[in-house]
Amino acid sequence: MKVKLKIWRQENAEAKGSFQTYTFDKVAPEMSFLEMMDAFNTQLITEGKEPVAFDHDCREGICGACSMYINGHPHGPVSGITTCHLSMRHFKDGETITVEPWRAKAFPVIKDLIVDRSAFDQIQIAGGFISMNVGGAPEANSIPVKVKNADEAFDSSVCIGCGACVAACKNASAMLFVSAKVSQFALLPQGRVEAKERVEKMVAKMDDLGFGNCTNTYACEAECPKDISITNIARMNREFFSAKVS
Amino acid sequence: MTKLNSKIPEGPLAQKWSLYKQNAKLVNPANKKKLDIIVVGTGLAGASAASALGELGYNVKNFCYQDSPRRAHSVAAQGGINAAKNYRNDGDSIYRLFYDMIKGGDYRAREANVYRIAEVSNDVIDHFTAMGVPFARDYGGGLDNRSFGGVQVSRTFYAKGQTGQQCLLGTYATLNRQVSKGTVTMYSRREVQDIVIVDGRARGVIVRNLITGEIERHSAHAVVLATGGYGTIYYLSTLAVNSNASAAWKAHKKGAYFANPSFVQIHPTSIPQLNDYQSKLTLMSESLRNDGRIWVPKTKNDKRHPNEIPEEERDYYLERRYPAFGNLVPRDVASRAAKERCDTGYGVGSTGLAVYLDFKDAINKQGKKAIEHKYGNLFELYHIITGIDPYVEPMRIYPAGHYTMGGLWVDYELQTTIPGLFAIGESNFSDHGANRLGASSLMQTSGDGYFILPYTISNYLADQIRIPHIPTDAPEFEEAEKVVKERIEKLLAIKGKQTATSFHKRLGRIMWDYCGMSRNEEGLKKAFGLVKELEQEFWKDLAIPGDEKNINQELEKAGRVADYFELAELMITDALNRKESCGAHFREEYQTPEGEALRNDDEYMYVAAWEYAGKSKEPTLHKEKLEYKFVEVKVRSYK
Amino acid sequence: MSKKYYSSLTKKYIMSFLGLFLMTFLLVHLSINLLLIVDDSRELFNEAAHFMGTNIFIQVFQWVLFSAFAVHILVGVILQIQNWMARPKGYARRVGAEESIFSRYMIYTGAIIFIFLVIHLADFFANKMIGDVPEITSGNLAGMEDMGLLVMEKFKMGGYVLFYVIIFLFLGFHLDHAFQSAFQSLGLNHPKYTPFIKGLGHFMAIVLTVGFISIPIIIYFFK
Repeated sequence: MKVKLKIWRQENAEAKGSFQTYTFDKVAPEMSFLEMMDAFNTQLITEGKEPVAFDHDCREGICGACSMYINGHPHGPVSGITTCHLSMRHFKDGETITVEPWRAKAFPVIKDLIVDRSAFDQIQIAGGFISMNVGGAPEANSIPVKVKNADEAFDSSVCIGCGACVAACKNASAMLFVSAKVSQFALLPQGRVEAKERVEKMVAKMDDLGFGNCTNTYACEAECPKDISITNIARMNREFFSAKVS
Repeated sequence: MTKLNSKIPEGPLAQKWSLYKQNAKLVNPANKKKLDIIVVGTGLAGASAASALGELGYNVKNFCYQDSPRRAHSVAAQGGINAAKNYRNDGDSIYRLFYDMIKGGDYRAREANVYRIAEVSNDVIDHFTAMGVPFARDYGGGLDNRSFGGVQVSRTFYAKGQTGQQCLLGTYATLNRQVSKGTVTMYSRREVQDIVIVDGRARGVIVRNLITGEIERHSAHAVVLATGGYGTIYYLSTLAVNSNASAAWKAHKKGAYFANPSFVQIHPTSIPQLNDYQSKLTLMSESLRNDGRIWVPKTKNDKRHPNEIPEEERDYYLERRYPAFGNLVPRDVASRAAKERCDTGYGVGSTGLAVYLDFKDAINKQGKKAIEHKYGNLFELYHIITGIDPYVEPMRIYPAGHYTMGGLWVDYELQTTIPGLFAIGESNFSDHGANRLGASSLMQTSGDGYFILPYTISNYLADQIRIPHIPTDAPEFEEAEKVVKERIEKLLAIKGKQTATSFHKRLGRIMWDYCGMSRNEEGLKKAFGLVKELEQEFWKDLAIPGDEKNINQELEKAGRVADYFELAELMITDALNRKESCGAHFREEYQTPEGEALRNDDEYMYVAAWEYAGKSKEPTLHKEKLEYKFVEVKVRSYK
Repeated sequence: MSKKYYSSLTKKYIMSFLGLFLMTFLLVHLSINLLLIVDDSRELFNEAAHFMGTNIFIQVFQWVLFSAFAVHILVGVILQIQNWMARPKGYARRVGAEESIFSRYMIYTGAIIFIFLVIHLADFFANKMIGDVPEITSGNLAGMEDMGLLVMEKFKMGGYVLFYVIIFLFLGFHLDHAFQSAFQSLGLNHPKYTPFIKGLGHFMAIVLTVGFISIPIIIYFFK
């Protein structure tokens, strides 16, 4: 298989950056997208050129490091997966593949396809936790939780913090990410204690960092590799409202 | 030969840890603020240690090579986390958990440490639950359990197939809380290049800022390594592709002994390698063996579609060989049995290096819905990667490098042989002996970080309160930084033709073939030579484009691979030295007529702790004799 | 009204409350307009128009309505500017995954409606001010302004009808996304009821659009 790669190249955070187009003919359909990039980088290195820098780590769809905007979609055109699980069998021979970094003011590009997602950490630091000291926890089964709530909290908690929601949103809004964490804790009795402060602090931080506003287009949900639901956003809207009026 | 002091407290097994805690020295809150601690790694061990130490009031600096602490590879653990809660009333207890681990580890783990981790396991579950980790529950609202390989009770807490993710994100949250309070400072995208020793104590680290390329010095009163295992030495493994042993290896070269490096767990249920470009093997949780049945065709090279092979022509070899435990035998046993079947020609798939894991019976009996509820996300993952629907057709699985029981030697206080240098989680050797049982690594890492290290490190730091902040302009820092910079220059100056990854692949192949699931003297000796040759080639023909003043992922990889060559030699040396089969270490020369592992307790019931003697010099072996006072040493049988 | 003073969520609440409020206004407006169709004598319509124009409560309420429009528009513009600022550099190739195409263009459909609003109000008030409105000659409303006739005359102009129809199509697009979006922003999302709300949103958008559009078309072709 042969593909044309149109890749965003940018030396560092300050550099201007531009698209470069390459032809790469050593593509096998059973490669994952990242393995194709590995092979392509090997070719660049043997040609004495600098390889394309990109974030990746676990390569099993759970760490959230990989972050490529491929052919107009975060994590590529197949829904429900991360870039590391994207297989080259989904591309046609001779196809031009456009690869871009996540684009958002809050996610500045550091090099090539690597962006700085520390804004997500900052939102979590603002309040995405339960303030329980080590050693202070009660017996685990002394806090009964309805299966329904536990399951829903789990569904919210599987977010991998990759930032695809921000990348997908036409407004670069981080609502899906923030609301998933707010929801997880809001659904559990352990998290209710600090629910009000948590949602206020996390939303304030999110606004501060320059993410856009939610206009309910639901592109985030459609592009989320972990199928985080926009019902989380509604729940956060409720939580924030009741926090503000109480 | 120096005698290793494991500092195991006196007293009855069940009271050792309480006695230790009662007698341990404390640091008063005002003094804690004046003490700095460096924690390397943000997995379950590192993040839990950093947050627990931050809570106590120490000044913690936490490092990780990822862009965010949340990405550490604990996130990928699937199946569950053990605790001796006995919520099922099925006969579990702290002692039983301890016993299962000792037996599972094939009597090569330290009794006192294992008992202690079993003891704190219940606190770990309490803590995670209070932190909002959404473990699976039953309809009464209580926590649910499932069983895992190698044991006969249900003691595993789980969050679908993403328990590691949930535990790690819970711990990431506790870490964030401390960052918000200012007790922990987070340094992400930093990779440790060396450990700095001042007057015989660990006093700091030299790190490379992976964005700017800057070499930074950081000092502290104590250094904690929580850097995980070295499974990526095989190149293909279930680990994150950037996981590495460099920090632990640097510590070893600075004087920390490395224990049992050849004890590497090969996980039996990974998706098999599909092609040569592959960069990673994906695990299918061991919990699948609760309902899945493993088989191969009874005839060699049977190329029929699995669904067309009738029941009577299937060999459920684990159930046949181990009727008592069946598909739930420990990982090492299951892995070797799969290898044996494939080596003798019964393997399936295009490569013949795979066996079937079949859910047909479970689906028929419990219904598709029940199976989907338990394993839905794993089935989906399998489907995405292989294109095969496991609801319709059996999974193909094969063993893959997974977990390293070996690691830095630590005493009861989790302190290495360098005073002030601690190692926790997978990076130490302590609790799993020669084989780790499923769902006990999440337990150990978080137990180490949350509930053990905070006591033992305080005991060490109580003597350090008069030492002011360590200056980073000391000559030791100067020297360490110089060495680090020289090595980077040396790597960049090679300007050869081959990539670091290509060397890594070749190294991995050698290690997998000769120092993997089964080993023999001839093969190990051959491998030693091959590794040496490859290492020389590496230092002559490595290609790294770009320079060190920017993000340079090739330079990062090269540094890790360079360290792996040296570690590979030590692994082989250790495997050669251990002339017995135990746990995951299977020496072909030492087996029973039925092909089971044959231990040699008289000569090898010890921890092999290796001391670095210099480049290309034979390392010095120190033996920590293992004494079993509270369990009877038996032949490990799962029949 | 920067982020410092009102959080993004508060702004969304304002948008939603006012949006839903404006939709109810549209319903009232539509029902009055429909009187022109059902009653050829225009008496009902004129009576209603007279009531709207003179009732003190309505007169006060009119200002509430104006403010609602103004704030809805202002907040909408602020949100949009922030959204543009949140992505200073766009993608070379983007395939939007928005659930509805209309959700992408709310600011544009909103702007079109705003332009119409200005023309509509200017038209209406200008006519009133100049006193260019014909008087009703017979019946019990004799002597009053024949607003109905004014409208009828306008809707006999082909160009105006076309313009009106197009504008209301855009209003329909705007409302189609707006209705369920308002509920979502207010946190009202429930697996049982949300499908109904979404359905109701499409229904409302269609009813309002078809309703408003039908009037000029019927007048132009059939009256």
